[in-house]
Amino acid sequence: MDVSKGTITKVAGPLVIASGMRQANMFDVVRVSEQHLIGEIIEMHGDRASIQVYEETSGLGPGEPVTSTGAPLSVELGPGLVGSIFDGIQRPLMEIMRQTGTNLTRGVEVPALNREKRWTFEALKKAGDVVEPGDVLGVVQETPVVAHKILVPNGVFGTVSEIHSGHYRVTDTVARVRQENGETMSLPMLQKWPVRVGRPYKRKLSPDIPLVTGQRVIDTMFPIAKGGVAAVPGPFGSGKTVVQHQLAKWAAADIIVYIGCGERGNEMTDVLNEFPQLKDPRTGASLMERTVLIANTSDMPVAAREASIYTGITIAEYFRDMGYTVALMADSTSRWAEALREMSGRLEEMPGEEGYPAYLGSRLAQFYERAGRVIVNGSNDTEGALSVIGAVSPPGGDISEPVSQATLRIVKVFWGLDANLAYRRHFPAINWLTSYSLYLDSLQDWYVKQVAGDWMTLRGRLLALLQEEAQLEEIVKLVGMDALSASDRLKLETARSIREDFLHQNAFHETDTYTSLHKQYLMMKLILLYYDRSIKALQDGAPIDGLVTLPVRERIGRVKYHSEERVDEEYAEIETRLTHEIAGLLEQQEQ
Amino acid sequence: MPTEYRTIEEVAGPLMLVRQVQNVKFNELAEIELPSGERRLCKVLEIDGSDALVQLFESAAGINLAQSKVRFIGRSMELAVSPDMLSRVFDGLGRPKDGGPPIIPEKRMDVNGTPMNPAARDYPQEFIQTGISAIDGLNTLVRGQKLPIFSASGLPHAALAAQIARQATVLGDHEQFAVVFAAMGITFEEADFFIQSFRQTGAIDRAVLFINLANDPAAERIATPRMALTAAEYLAFDRGMHVLVIMTDITNYADALREVSAARKEVPGRRGYPGYMYTDLATLYERAGRLKGKNGSITLIPILTMPEDDKTHPIPDLTGYITEGQIILSRELFRKGVTPPIDVLPSLSRLKDKGIGEGKTRADHANTMNQLFACYARGKEAKELMVILGESALTDTDKLYAKFADAFEAQYVSQGSQTNRTIEQTLELGWELLRILPRSELKRIDDHFLDLYYDRN
Repeated sequence: MDVSKGTITKVAGPLVIASGMRQANMFDVVRVSEQHLIGEIIEMHGDRASIQVYEETSGLGPGEPVTSTGAPLSVELGPGLVGSIFDGIQRPLMEIMRQTGTNLTRGVEVPALNREKRWTFEALKKAGDVVEPGDVLGVVQETPVVAHKILVPNGVFGTVSEIHSGHYRVTDTVARVRQENGETMSLPMLQKWPVRVGRPYKRKLSPDIPLVTGQRVIDTMFPIAKGGVAAVPGPFGSGKTVVQHQLAKWAAADIIVYIGCGERGNEMTDVLNEFPQLKDPRTGASLMERTVLIANTSDMPVAAREASIYTGITIAEYFRDMGYTVALMADSTSRWAEALREMSGRLEEMPGEEGYPAYLGSRLAQFYERAGRVIVNGSNDTEGALSVIGAVSPPGGDISEPVSQATLRIVKVFWGLDANLAYRRHFPAINWLTSYSLYLDSLQDWYVKQVAGDWMTLRGRLLALLQEEAQLEEIVKLVGMDALSASDRLKLETARSIREDFLHQNAFHETDTYTSLHKQYLMMKLILLYYDRSIKALQDGAPIDGLVTLPVRERIGRVKYHSEERVDEEYAEIETRLTHEIAGLLEQQEQ
Repeated sequence: MPTEYRTIEEVAGPLMLVRQVQNVKFNELAEIELPSGERRLCKVLEIDGSDALVQLFESAAGINLAQSKVRFIGRSMELAVSPDMLSRVFDGLGRPKDGGPPIIPEKRMDVNGTPMNPAARDYPQEFIQTGISAIDGLNTLVRGQKLPIFSASGLPHAALAAQIARQATVLGDHEQFAVVFAAMGITFEEADFFIQSFRQTGAIDRAVLFINLANDPAAERIATPRMALTAAEYLAFDRGMHVLVIMTDITNYADALREVSAARKEVPGRRGYPGYMYTDLATLYERAGRLKGKNGSITLIPILTMPEDDKTHPIPDLTGYITEGQIILSRELFRKGVTPPIDVLPSLSRLKDKGIGEGKTRADHANTMNQLFACYARGKEAKELMVILGESALTDTDKLYAKFADAFEAQYVSQGSQTNRTIEQTLELGWELLRILPRSELKRIDDHFLDLYYDRN
């Protein structure tokens, strides 16, 4: 293969232009200058290639060499991914720290996956088996919870001629497959895949199973489906990152890929420190044992930020192809779009809205479209799902800007964060009046069958009460609380209870941080039980002040702090107590 | 001897085009020598074949296309560092300004720094007691945090920053402490206020000052914060000191950035600021923090004045997305005579949760903090309602909330610029105020803390 060698003619920030690159392909990875900085060709004009360089370009100048590697930007896939932290182009940050110290220097060459470590490979196929791409050759127990399946790579059809269990490094051959054309392929555990190309699957499925997150406002009000896409836009300080972290912690997924894209360094450190300590409520193992981190913080080179979300989603797809439920969090897609804008500006492209390139919308759509619940490749028709949750950071919290708008055109779930709720310390600050989930209809059957027949009815009633509250508050602002009828006051009180006792959820409280669907159901029921009984008592002549100040209401408010095991018992007790107190109130009234 | 070029083709604003250069590198520092013999610093912004686009750090006045000479120095901008920097005053480009001798460098550091490896960061969680209740109690500052003050013209942000610099301590700790102060385009009076304040408390002996005043060249401001942070990195990570960096005013820095960008005819982002301003600000702010295996820390307090008091203006907006919270000053509170006029509701410290609680401050801290926020928010709403409909429209509980909100502003927030409260005093004051409300209203506090503190007396 011809390797293109060129010469730098221009350097402008992360953009380098080199001549003599006629042989190179678009999107080839190149090595720039004697320092071997990593770059990618993003434009070709004759023999001049525009290259975005993934490292700091200080000190580069015209005349220095550029060499094409002849291959597009790819990630390494194989055992060793889980529990690791990589930068935007999959360089292992822990290993780099060991080699170069606390700060990132340039030109470091470290393979993404450890080449020395030996993994225990257990063969599931045997010689003579016919395989196709996506079939599982064997497994490596990568962490106590993740069985890393070694798949037949794309394009390999044939008969296994040799396969052995044993201890292998990722580059060692674990199996040989005789292909239909007579050639024998040696297959190591390590595979490569170009990040800008989605990994293939057989077909997509409809999104009719929810991704349970343990967050009440999400699971009950605005659920996301497995394989769904959601956006979390909000101004700074409204808790985007906490929402993303909560989902990464508690979402019912087998694998979490968390991309810190142009965000704070300390947030990644927080994840690195905290996740190993936290226990997955389903498996009891540490959360880090199912997490892959991609960190390209805001002070790291901007071009690698652009690549980071592709690196992340390719790794996520790889685990999806093993038949796992994968959830990917990208925090924040706005920073990715800014990186795109910066490169576009340096390329002197004609800008679209607010300086963003005209292809912003289509790039975003391509990214989100890689999500989905699918039948993966392979002969078994295994199901895998990849859900994507993207944070958006609109300037000033105003979602009329291009990135928010382009995102909203694609995603099905919108969790709109509200600065005013955050000021009142109502967290998660997801505004219940503006947020929506378009998966409700398709998820209805699942909730009815798996949780409770009246789940959707109760949910609808809660939301209706909140909506009425918003209208009543307008009236109160104009004419005061006294002008309201007793039943309207009861509505307001109930809505307050919904907000404070149900929607408000403390991410830092050990019990409140995760709520099972069953508990969510009981909590909903309790609040509505109070409302229904009170309305009836009101008709029977009970005084509104008495109903509003029932002592049992404080107990309803504390249900969220009760452990899952105790919640049924507590529900029964509160119900008895409520009946008793209302009866007492009516008796008093009669006397 | 580096080559001298007399091939300056254009000078426009802070930019200069030099032709027919050889072996010039991106980001390289250069020196321009005027016919008078005066030398000025500049750096390479873009290199295209044999054309170098150069940005001046000083004024372009007096540059003569025919006779001025440009020398490329072969390295990027560096700062000479040594422990002798303490108690010295430098200009915006790191040259002594106090009449003292030049620094004999222990080493030279690239002012652009290198990004910290996220895996090498140590999470900031040591509580810093600033002695200011609105910060310690509600928006706790921790070592290694970057917490900006969002102010506006005419508000006393300088007094607040000076108070923090004066009073900040870490409980039970006697490690070495230093202040690095970077002034960007502020007036002489404001800079002098800080210097006097450092002098009064003796802090000047452990302070390094970089001063770029309003009448100094705007382009110099682009280098000033980098100088300051480089000095801070040296003191923190080479010398193991705990460094508090105060930078004022970021708005002037951003305007200088806009000036250079406009001169380059770049496609502007919002309000004419360059599209890369987020990244540029991040490369400053993210240099704060702690590193594994190193003793020191950099705590960063940038001050910015919000144009038109508008928090959604690009400068505060982008800053807020990078920093770990913000302290917001309010004109309304200032008019009411509340000192410091910290508006606690939109203020936020993102790192507070890890810096408070048992063993750091006190076990009830998190609970009371949330309760105070919630009560003050509700109290303010009640007061708004009262303005429209009169006091009689409020329920009895809401009247208590309104009373709470007033007491909170007068006693908790308004403590004056000389009072230094310990964290115990701040927490006790919080409880005293919460006792205005009936116990059943305090839903965010665990029962056993209520038993322990509410009913005491």
